[in-house]
Amino acid sequence: MSILVDEGTRLAVAGMTGREGSFHTLNNRRYGTNVVGGVTPGKGGQDLEGIPVFDTFEQAMREVQPNTAMIFVPPRFAAESILEAAAAGVQLVIAITEGIPAHDELRVSYLLERDHPASRLIGPNCPGVLSPAKANVGIIPAAFFKQGNVGVVSRSGTLTYQIGNEISQAGFGCSTIVGIGGDPVPGSSFVDVLDLFQADEQTELVVMAGEIGGSAEEEAADFIAEHLSKPVVAYIAGFTAPPGKQMGHAGAIVSGGSGTAAAKARALESRGVRVGRTPTEVAQIAVEALGGAPLPAS
Amino acid sequence: MDLLEYQGKQLFARHGLKVSSGEAVGSVADAVRAANAIGYPVVVKAQVLIGGRGKAGGVKIARDESEVAEHAERILGMDIRGHTVRTLWIEHASDIASEYYAAVLLDRSAKRPLVIFSVEGGVEIEEVAEHSPDKLVRRHVDPLGALTRAEALDIAAAAGADEDLREGVADALVALYEVWSEEDATLAEINPLIVTPQREVRALDAKVSLDGNALYRHPENQGLSDRENQDEIERRAAEEGVQYVKLDGDIGVLGNGAGLVMSTLDVVARAGGSPANFLDAGGGSDAQKIRQAVELILANDAVKAVLFNIFGGITRCDEVARGLIAAFAEISPQVPFVVRLDGTNDREGRRLLEEAALPNVHTAKTMNEAAEMVVALAADKGVGAAA
Repeated sequence: MSILVDEGTRLAVAGMTGREGSFHTLNNRRYGTNVVGGVTPGKGGQDLEGIPVFDTFEQAMREVQPNTAMIFVPPRFAAESILEAAAAGVQLVIAITEGIPAHDELRVSYLLERDHPASRLIGPNCPGVLSPAKANVGIIPAAFFKQGNVGVVSRSGTLTYQIGNEISQAGFGCSTIVGIGGDPVPGSSFVDVLDLFQADEQTELVVMAGEIGGSAEEEAADFIAEHLSKPVVAYIAGFTAPPGKQMGHAGAIVSGGSGTAAAKARALESRGVRVGRTPTEVAQIAVEALGGAPLPAS
Repeated sequence: MDLLEYQGKQLFARHGLKVSSGEAVGSVADAVRAANAIGYPVVVKAQVLIGGRGKAGGVKIARDESEVAEHAERILGMDIRGHTVRTLWIEHASDIASEYYAAVLLDRSAKRPLVIFSVEGGVEIEEVAEHSPDKLVRRHVDPLGALTRAEALDIAAAAGADEDLREGVADALVALYEVWSEEDATLAEINPLIVTPQREVRALDAKVSLDGNALYRHPENQGLSDRENQDEIERRAAEEGVQYVKLDGDIGVLGNGAGLVMSTLDVVARAGGSPANFLDAGGGSDAQKIRQAVELILANDAVKAVLFNIFGGITRCDEVARGLIAAFAEISPQVPFVVRLDGTNDREGRRLLEEAALPNVHTAKTMNEAAEMVVALAADKGVGAAA
């Protein structure tokens, strides 16, 4: 097993005909992901190297029955695209798009909850989801990850690759890597994904990589203490971030003294979660917990 | 995007929220002229994006022309915790009977707009939250709709506002929510929301943050940014579309991906160094982009050494190396660089750098090693065999 994406994934990509969209769609297909279609209004009937394009998700659903949607459309159209996919009955929507207005994200969350409670949104502003050896949906460079028993959930892309690569080099692999994204209103939180990893047989340990801003890590700490029997190793980025400054990600900001890295690390540690102070230390703790040989010091 | 007080008040006024009339000025002469037109007493307020203006001497009451001139002279150019005062807001001084607090913000964990109101304003709201949480009324709002008048009246009553003031408070809350929702704000805060002896409710301060991602919907707000008060390099970076945040240290940092850059700053600090900036070069790293980034980093005179931390996913390390080599050819930096290339095409990238033998450029294989090297270089201790 693994979570969210696997051999059963049937992917439809909104924005597949764009430059980025086509590049990553074909990359995902080369990895083995079953890409069943694309959605671009006005381009229905065309194809991308044999992948049919539809005008709407509804048509795509009728013709090729996707169970997963990837959103690659520009920010100002992304909210409607997410809602359209959910309305067509797509159960999992993974939104890569960066720069969606926060109020749009609020509206999307509210409407998904109210009208499409069975649909799950991952992202936006995220690198996607990868289940090594099964399926890759998004822009995560799959070459750094092997199949294995570590679940990874993160607010950041490259930081995840950094940690995942160190775990791979120590000889371990991953069940699924989930990027939940760096925006203030993510569709799925750490808690949502931790819950899935707890239920997943393949996953024996979870690595979560958080960062400054909001309180998702604190909520995860409470959830872990109450609901997770599997070990969790955490990392928090942004100890040196000054208050009031947005550090790249829209959601990465310490405001009014809340959302600091120190407070997040304290919340996790007080609940018994080990927090690595560098990405390397996170990998070392994870490997030790899995009973493997510790990494050589680097 | 954080707005200055006067910009926030102008937005408030546009949505029918009561504020004192005033004028934003940039010189002593204009301050005097504005004060004479407004009528005494006036308040001279430093316009900076940092709290504690009053304590720093940036807010003064003036009763006549000579006092305005005196205060304006002293406050303009003043440094308030790293922010230089370039603009003053001159407004008519208000008589204050009570101070309330009102805010609309984005509750990230509930994924809802949150209205907060308290009859205990004028102080740090975190303190009220801690010491008398019962004095703080918090209400989530349906993000598809507006704050209704009935809801607003209910909030005023629940907070214990005097009965004759509830209409005025409700007006303010409804207008504040309108600012939040119609201007795509992530925060709209009034502290204090004052009650005058004439029982009028009015915003005495304004703290508004607008969502930069939604500015395309608000062309009229695009000129509002805080640029005049921003750090010069940050301003340049914003114009060039580079994610750059200036910090206090002497080690320039560049990485790809916001999380990795934040992590790099932390690792540098743990190695005993002090980062001079956050710079996310993002995906794709052609020579032009790298050169631009290097120029921004070196525009800060405090920088003694630079760390490039690249984990190549979609970004290819050989492209970064080529970019750096091209950038060096054009701008010949005078400080040492440590370049850590890992991930896609890392060997090729490191080989290119070694071949180019750029002066004072050192390569590292891991993030920790790179951090230690750059900290040693910034302290002028050299890196020994690692070079």
